[in-house]
Amino acid sequence: MSDLMKVSSNPHIRSKTGTSNIMLAVVIALLPAAGFGIYNFGIGALITIVVTVASTVLTEFVFEKICKKKVTIGDYSAVVTGLLLALNIPVSAPWWIGVVGGVFAILVVKMLFGGLGQNFMNPALGARCFLLISFTSIMTNFDCDAYTGATPLADLKNGVDVNILKMVIGKTAGTIGETSMIAIVAGACFLILMGVIDLRIPGSYIVSFVIFISIFGGHGVDFAYISAHLAGGGLMLGAFFMATDYVTRPVTKNGQYLFGILLGILTGIFRIFGPSAEGVSYAIIIGNLLVPLIEKITLPKAFGKGGEKA
Amino acid sequence: MNSAKERLINGIVKENPTFVLMLGMCPTLAVTTSAINGLGMGLTTMVVLALSNVFISLLRGIIPDKVRIPAFIVIIASFVTVVELLLQGFIPFLYEALGIYIPLIVVNCIILGRAEAYAYKNPVLPSLFDGIGMGLGFSAALTCIGAVRELLGAGEIFGIHVMPDSFVPVSIFIMAPGAFFVLAVLTAIQNKVKINGEKKGKDMSKIQSGCNSDCMNCADAGCAHRLYDEKADSGSVEKTEKVTKEDENNG
Repeated sequence: MSDLMKVSSNPHIRSKTGTSNIMLAVVIALLPAAGFGIYNFGIGALITIVVTVASTVLTEFVFEKICKKKVTIGDYSAVVTGLLLALNIPVSAPWWIGVVGGVFAILVVKMLFGGLGQNFMNPALGARCFLLISFTSIMTNFDCDAYTGATPLADLKNGVDVNILKMVIGKTAGTIGETSMIAIVAGACFLILMGVIDLRIPGSYIVSFVIFISIFGGHGVDFAYISAHLAGGGLMLGAFFMATDYVTRPVTKNGQYLFGILLGILTGIFRIFGPSAEGVSYAIIIGNLLVPLIEKITLPKAFGKGGEKA
Repeated sequence: MNSAKERLINGIVKENPTFVLMLGMCPTLAVTTSAINGLGMGLTTMVVLALSNVFISLLRGIIPDKVRIPAFIVIIASFVTVVELLLQGFIPFLYEALGIYIPLIVVNCIILGRAEAYAYKNPVLPSLFDGIGMGLGFSAALTCIGAVRELLGAGEIFGIHVMPDSFVPVSIFIMAPGAFFVLAVLTAIQNKVKINGEKKGKDMSKIQSGCNSDCMNCADAGCAHRLYDEKADSGSVEKTEKVTKEDENNG
């Protein structure tokens, strides 16, 4: 009787997908990139990843204990932040870089603004930019046992020839997780099949970026140049894993297309006209800041409203 | 001399222009890259603030109400020019370091705010001490911010190396974003101290600003509560409800 006559207010259909399922899917999707990073750069990469993830989770735990809030490390969002941040650190960086970045990401970017869902900026990217500005020489030193010299993207900017096949596979210098296009796209496909992310933001991001560098890159529609730009640097990691962050992307569909186009143009501007070779992190952070405005102008009209002009 | 002491404490602690009133943010964020720059800026502002307070208080019977702001600006700008030339002549390194922010003291809202909120309405001597108190509070705050930024961003305090050699300077702290981080954290810490003291039932009237949450009838135009005050917000909601009820009754 009581089961049949259960009265409740809407919503009546509930999905079993929760924050922890989604975050766990993202962690799994990042594993190929992380695994390739460890294979490519050696045991140092594993140490960086472990230290960074430990510091983000521990920071969240300690902060919530001190503030007597509910401990939310079980939703894996801190793990995702730590993993993404670790993949953005070069393997040559000392271990404390991961700790400083992890604490900054969780404490300043996420927790001080109210925790998961309240942060206006992707924590991992906020921390990466913090590290990049604070410790520029450490964060742009890509020399390690396996590779010396500049990243392929820096070579590309300086007009040095690059090996596109190596860039797609990932046997190049760079941060731990950004080098292998194949591993990242494999993870992204998993997320798309799981329905965690869709192609709106990554698609419009990559397409607008390609159009931008075709016009302003100085090489015209040169297939090799464009694919080198796509495979190099953090574009793939940023487009599939950071720009699609639920908290810091627009919620409206048109807003998501606009967001992706904006990121593509900004990344193009930073890469071609900016002083450094890479610009994905700054592009996404600036995009994050503009999200409230994007949502404001793309808010759909409620049914029945705005039909007639008064 | 009791009012002089009260004014000094008010400026340094109760209504500290940086941490409580949140005035003069532009120089606070821009020049505090080191402790010495912060101290220099604070003391320079204090001199201008004290002198302009005295003169505005002296002239308060003469300046017509309608043109008081231009009159304040003329007085303040004269003192800023004097101080700028003195700095250029006698402390050139500070003049170089502070750069454009010295002439910008003219439009520093602490000075204009104190002129409007205090000196224009009060006698000369309290106005002088109000200026000195506010200036000292500003100097103390700027020196604190500068010291923290210099310590983290360069490993030094007042140019003396204090951190161990293994410390890698976090250079973001001597760049623009670092100013925001340090200011926010220091403000949070002093608020925490005040709230904790209040909870423990200590007499905080000496360091708490004398606010009765009645912003409508308060003379302090530069008060931080004006900008954000939960009590005042909920009060206004109640008021509107009252008004609607009255309207209903009338209808």
